[in-house]
Amino acid sequence: MKIDHSQPLEYGTHQNQMNILGFWIFLGAEIMLFGTLFASYFTLENGVGNGPSGAEIFEITPVLMETIILLTSSFTIGLATHAMRINNKKATLAFLAITLVLGLSFLSVEVYEFIHYYHVGATLQTSGFTAILLTTLGTHGAHVTFGLFWGFFILLQIKKRGFTPETTNKSFIFSLYWHFLDVVWIFIFSFIYLKGMM
Amino acid sequence: MEFFERFAIPHPSPLIYASMVAIGLTLIAIVIGITYFNKWGYLWREWLTTVDHKRIGIMYMISALLMLFRGGADAVMMRLQTAVPDNAFLDAQHYNEVFTTHGVVMIFFMAMAFVIGLMNFVVPLQIGARDVAFPRLNAISFWLYFAGAMLFNISFVIGGSPDAGWTNYFPLAGTDFSESVGVNYYMWSLQISGIGTLMTGINFIVTILKMRAPGMKLMKMPMFTWSALITNVIIVFAFPVLTIALLMGTFDRQFGTHFFASTNGGMDMLWANLFWVWGHPEVYILILPAFGIYSEIIATFSQRNLYGYKSMVGSMVIISFLSFLVWVHHFFTMGHGALVNGIFSITTMAIAVPTGIKIFNWLLTMWKGKIRFTVPMLYSLGFIPLFTIGGVTGVMLAIASADYQYHNTMFLVAHFHNVIIPGVVFAMLAGLTYWWPKMFGFMLNERIGKWGFWFLSIGFVFAFFPMYITGLDGQARRMYTYSEATGFGPLNMLSFFGAGLMAIAFALIVYNVYYSFRHSPRNVGMDPWNARSLEWATQNPVPEYNFAVTPVVNSSEAFWDSKKNGHQLFKDKITKIHMPNNSGMPIILAGFFFIFGFSFVFSIWIGVIVSALGILGTMAYRSFENDHGRYISEEEIKETEKEYGGAK
Repeated sequence: MKIDHSQPLEYGTHQNQMNILGFWIFLGAEIMLFGTLFASYFTLENGVGNGPSGAEIFEITPVLMETIILLTSSFTIGLATHAMRINNKKATLAFLAITLVLGLSFLSVEVYEFIHYYHVGATLQTSGFTAILLTTLGTHGAHVTFGLFWGFFILLQIKKRGFTPETTNKSFIFSLYWHFLDVVWIFIFSFIYLKGMM
Repeated sequence: MEFFERFAIPHPSPLIYASMVAIGLTLIAIVIGITYFNKWGYLWREWLTTVDHKRIGIMYMISALLMLFRGGADAVMMRLQTAVPDNAFLDAQHYNEVFTTHGVVMIFFMAMAFVIGLMNFVVPLQIGARDVAFPRLNAISFWLYFAGAMLFNISFVIGGSPDAGWTNYFPLAGTDFSESVGVNYYMWSLQISGIGTLMTGINFIVTILKMRAPGMKLMKMPMFTWSALITNVIIVFAFPVLTIALLMGTFDRQFGTHFFASTNGGMDMLWANLFWVWGHPEVYILILPAFGIYSEIIATFSQRNLYGYKSMVGSMVIISFLSFLVWVHHFFTMGHGALVNGIFSITTMAIAVPTGIKIFNWLLTMWKGKIRFTVPMLYSLGFIPLFTIGGVTGVMLAIASADYQYHNTMFLVAHFHNVIIPGVVFAMLAGLTYWWPKMFGFMLNERIGKWGFWFLSIGFVFAFFPMYITGLDGQARRMYTYSEATGFGPLNMLSFFGAGLMAIAFALIVYNVYYSFRHSPRNVGMDPWNARSLEWATQNPVPEYNFAVTPVVNSSEAFWDSKKNGHQLFKDKITKIHMPNNSGMPIILAGFFFIFGFSFVFSIWIGVIVSALGILGTMAYRSFENDHGRYISEEEIKETEKEYGGAK
């Protein structure tokens, strides 16, 4: 395997470059996935039937908490990548761990939020609006959940194997994924919560 | 017993029981056969765990041909049922199931698989690569497709087939009107194979962008590779829409949500919109590779370079862009109003322009060429006039106001078969015949192949042209019967006759494989067709490493240049080659997906949870696995090349 040392290690082999490009294309597909969810959300937004509307059930506190937690985790995963580039294993592992803990906290708040919706009578079956709301949030949440496992596996691998072309490549790609989830959340925050509360 | 009752067929008939017995016997025969010939080990090592793009491509095509016969049997049953007025061969429910499975099988599991199979086999060879960018992901794609196809195909013997049409419109596809688990099968089989297709899309974009031979700039790629690149871009952007639509459909049917309901704030037209936002690009996912195949074949057998290379590429890019802007033309009659219908009417007609450019380019490629009427060329020559007729009726359908007359009639059925059969099916058969020696090292018999072509073309004309007339006279599609007073009888009988000819054509094509396997000479050399593009610059059949030495390229017809203009393709010496290892992980993963899909269809939650853990566990195993591939040594390559007749 030829390693090009003029590049950061995660870009160092041809296969690594292809992995990263492939993942960017995957993120393109993910944009279409969430784009479809948003389009459907805007279509069904007013289809509240006999159920509540967004303005009636959205609570600003948990939403703000989720936003702040997730944005911070995007910053810490950036720090992890930076630490990886300067070859600091300890800091990389620490920032990766912080990111995952923040991700877990985000999920906990989201679970609380879902329980809240259940109690105010906004379940998956209530109306077209609640169905698309919970599906959109749930798809994002499922992505975060998947990311937690994935990130944890990568953390273990870096811990065990150190920085190799594979582990750096994986954690770089994971950071792309994590940033992407943050971007999606910003759209959710703006076009679902803020728009709904206005 | 209660547990097993859910697997019963809701609407049994002797035909289905006969199929159950046939499926059971076939499975037993296959297992006994493999055991008797002691081929389990060979099958596992060489095929089931392979990550070689060529073998994966061949497996795709074998599966596609099997599905062609499944879908073809459905087609013959439909034509038989409507051959005479007031026929009682199938009842309404069976007819619904048959046209639904015909559509789904043919589009998803036949045409898609065939297109992807040919791309798998040909694209890495055309760009001078060792394999695709992510060989193991490629195997996962195939096995997910296969799991989806099998899941769909068991529906008619376990639990009942989907019956809401391949377009599966809600609320018809909802639990109120489609009570059996059939539509659940539809949702999950398409979901699983759709994930595989998306992965293929990513894989091939990266392969084509990053693994081309030195010197092959984007505008020096062979036309089939260009068509594959654009097709895969469409796949990546279209399939996620289907993913979400299917997810919502599953929720509506199994969790009681109201996405596509007409009550509680649901929107029944949302399904139709989402389905066709994916569905129309899907049409171009099928036809663009076909265009690529025709471009290769027409240039080869006219012995001229492809006319208008740049305009060919440009028109495909425009088609791919427009393909996302026309979906409403599938339901002009839903009542969007004149403005919306008008816009989509115009975008639809606009697609005829780049397509027309391509037709003229092919004609001008043949202009003054030395045309050889081989089987692949016959299919290409048949394609041009027949496809043009299909295109013209497409423009007729695009006129929104006139569409109120054509909508949901046999005219539409005639139109889309008129573009799909001469467009896609002819291309698949042409491509299969053309690249057959690359795959297996011998040629298919030309004489039988030509008989097959004529039966298929004439059969096609008889089967589908009458539908234009009955459609304009008002015969609705998807109706299981009609009265004698309508006068549709004779023309429908003619269609049935045409379907019979087509069935004979496919039998001939299969017989041709058998005949050629027995009788064709094996020493076809590297270049049996006097071809032009890079895939012909290596041995037939292709060794596992594709090219002993990476070729250096200076045009889109590198091989032609090396033959005629003294271009030196292979400049380096033979050195060891890095190859990926085989892996059992893809088929195991797909097996878990199959169980997941099956359990979900029947709401067996314990099975869903266990198989979901299996899926995640397999992925985790993959994450921790350390696999750096292997090397084929210099000596081994030299020996292989010598066996084939020596490296150049």
